[in-house]
Amino acid sequence: MEDALDPQEVKRLQGLKPKDRIKIPRQKMPEQAPEVRRRNFKEVPLGLPAMTAILEANRCIQCKKPTCIDGCPVVIDIPDFVARIAAGDFLGGIRSLKGTNMLPAICGRVCPQEEQCENRCVVGKTGRPVAIGRLERFLADWEREQGKVEVPTVGAPTGMSVGVVGCGPAGLTVAIDLRRYGHDVTIYEALHAPGGVLMYGIPEFRLPKRIVHAEVDVVRRMGVKIEYDFVVGKLDGVDDLLRRHDAVFLGTGAGLPWFMEIPGENLCGVYSANEFLTRVNLMGAYDFPRAGTPVARSRNVAVIGGGNVAMDSARTAQRLGAEKVYLIYRRSEDEMPAREEEIEHAKEEGIELVLLTNPLRYLGDEKGRVTAVECQRMELGAPDASGRRKPMPVPGSEYRIPVDTVVVAIGNGPNPLLPSATPGLRVDPRKGTIHTNLDNMRTSKKGVFAGGDAAIGAATVILAMGHGRRAARSIHHWLATGVWEIDVLPA
Amino acid sequence: MPENNEILENTVLAEKVNRYLVYAPRIARKRKAGEFVLLRLSEQGERIPLTIADADAEAGTLTLVVQAVGKTTLEMSAMKPGDRLLNVVGPLGAATHVDRFGTVVMIGGGIGIAPSHPIAQAMHAAGNRVISILGARNRSLIIMEEEMRRASDEVIVTTDDGSYGRKGLVTDVLRELIQTRGKPDLVVAIGPVIMMKFVSRLTQEFAIRTVVSLNPVMVDGTGMCGGCRVTVGGKTKFACVDGPEFDGHAVDFDELMKRQAFYREQEQEALQHYQHECKLREGASQVPCPVQL
Repeated sequence: MEDALDPQEVKRLQGLKPKDRIKIPRQKMPEQAPEVRRRNFKEVPLGLPAMTAILEANRCIQCKKPTCIDGCPVVIDIPDFVARIAAGDFLGGIRSLKGTNMLPAICGRVCPQEEQCENRCVVGKTGRPVAIGRLERFLADWEREQGKVEVPTVGAPTGMSVGVVGCGPAGLTVAIDLRRYGHDVTIYEALHAPGGVLMYGIPEFRLPKRIVHAEVDVVRRMGVKIEYDFVVGKLDGVDDLLRRHDAVFLGTGAGLPWFMEIPGENLCGVYSANEFLTRVNLMGAYDFPRAGTPVARSRNVAVIGGGNVAMDSARTAQRLGAEKVYLIYRRSEDEMPAREEEIEHAKEEGIELVLLTNPLRYLGDEKGRVTAVECQRMELGAPDASGRRKPMPVPGSEYRIPVDTVVVAIGNGPNPLLPSATPGLRVDPRKGTIHTNLDNMRTSKKGVFAGGDAAIGAATVILAMGHGRRAARSIHHWLATGVWEIDVLPA
Repeated sequence: MPENNEILENTVLAEKVNRYLVYAPRIARKRKAGEFVLLRLSEQGERIPLTIADADAEAGTLTLVVQAVGKTTLEMSAMKPGDRLLNVVGPLGAATHVDRFGTVVMIGGGIGIAPSHPIAQAMHAAGNRVISILGARNRSLIIMEEEMRRASDEVIVTTDDGSYGRKGLVTDVLRELIQTRGKPDLVVAIGPVIMMKFVSRLTQEFAIRTVVSLNPVMVDGTGMCGGCRVTVGGKTKFACVDGPEFDGHAVDFDELMKRQAFYREQEQEALQHYQHECKLREGASQVPCPVQL
């Protein structure tokens, strides 16, 4: 990214007419070759070189009514930062971007832009959309690598204080916005590191941990205090926090792994995706024995599920040295909830998709270690409640795949530890989510707000950040007015 | 004023068994009998669960009794007063269900005597008659006897080799107790899995309610990873949040033993790696390596 700018070329591009701009092809981001990256934990996409970023930014036609912004859960002024990149003004670009999103290096990497901003891009109606996500990442990386990271100004102290439970995407966003309003903020984190799912869940090769640390560092420099090793509900409860703070935000995430409840699931070598990924990402098991936490040394791995977490698990298993990684999913590739890019990356790296297949049970040896998964073929029937065609078992189609490791990645529910220890906090009895008014992020308990996966069940980083933003506005409104019973947050 | 997580004392109780007094005032204030902490020694370190053996809310201290069996516990045994544990998180787990049951037999096997202590204290304070059976391979491995005597109405010590107290297993003592004095209202057994299995088998014979405290492999300790899964009554439970205490008659001990053994090879490897690093440091600093393999 140290490549020099070419002022002549920037000038030429700036003079282009919209009809010429849309003729520029979408720029590719260089990435590690599949045969190399499948055995290392380094980041896969390498980032755009500066001139490529400028060229890509010049594909934007600066619509009068930009629709991309509507697709962004945190309402970033996309055309503005893109225009600044197009003109070669990276510092102006990052300042503009950070006005609305303080975690751009993270979002630029893990947001599903193809379903959000890029899905609404007008250029994308006729050709391929502007690569907004890559441009966002470019600015954030440029700022960090140039040592130009600025700590945003915070508001004058209001004398009010807010306790935030959970240092994941929702909690970090709420903390940043509340500091901007001038409120005092303390984040309580159960683990020994910040970031929540950004740290324990998303692998290094998709989101390097130094980037999470760098973005959290700015949050800290804004005056946000972070208390690690603090399990709210065990050490202090929400009521204790309400005595110390004027409001409390719950961003406790979706940290309860689901299992299929089939025979053999407690055999050794059968992991939840949470455990498998936490061992490797948070605890550094890929570096065992230098790091103290081990993970199974696998030859044949079956990952169960078709979402992003399943892709992350499969690609992680591959990098740990597995000879064969199967990804077992009960529907077809079209129904997979994972991002297309992740599925493509997994396939390129040699992950075998075993589609229309469902595990029935796991078999083990005398040591209680898993040796095989017994599967059943499925076929697609009529659409179910999710609108996707319902997988139906094919009778007599049972067969076994020999494996020594299984990673169950069929989803997570909200962790019940905090809600169950909090009187007056209503929880959905079926889903375990904290009952939250999504217009104002208020819960059933006065002074307590919630957002992210804890409020809606496992979703995305950016949705959690969107909740955090709305919650911060709502908390600010509550602290300013003392009025709890509102339906919709005033604009 | 000590710092948070500072080790105030490190005393050798028995061979490879140390008692640590750790300054952790917030946890010391909140903890209840049966709860545990997770700790980490260094940035690269693993998280290990340890049951709280005692706490002093006023002094802000926790007592942890740790057997040096793996890399982390050996490394810990070499720590000195004034050293800090990098992370201590807790209290975790569901607290012991303490009630006025009547007569409670508290069985502590080896290192399991330590976690038995706060439970004996709480049961005693709740008005139960507490009979404690302390068992170990030999005399030197009987720990915390004085503390257990203070927390119990009666203490019976037994060793496998007869070097102290009676000769025999805790189950022998328990059987005799039942036969001579009748059934207790509750048995709480903490120790090696095999001991808890046989105690539970015996009490099932006599239909005596039995609680065991399990120590499976754990990572986060808050219900997030499910690594500590145990089968209880045919259902999967997470020891970190649903336990660590369960009905001894419903626990699948055989599965637990297998799950505990899963990383044994890697644990050995970690130990060797640590010893190697340690020897290198020893050469440079003249500080003796605590690992003697």
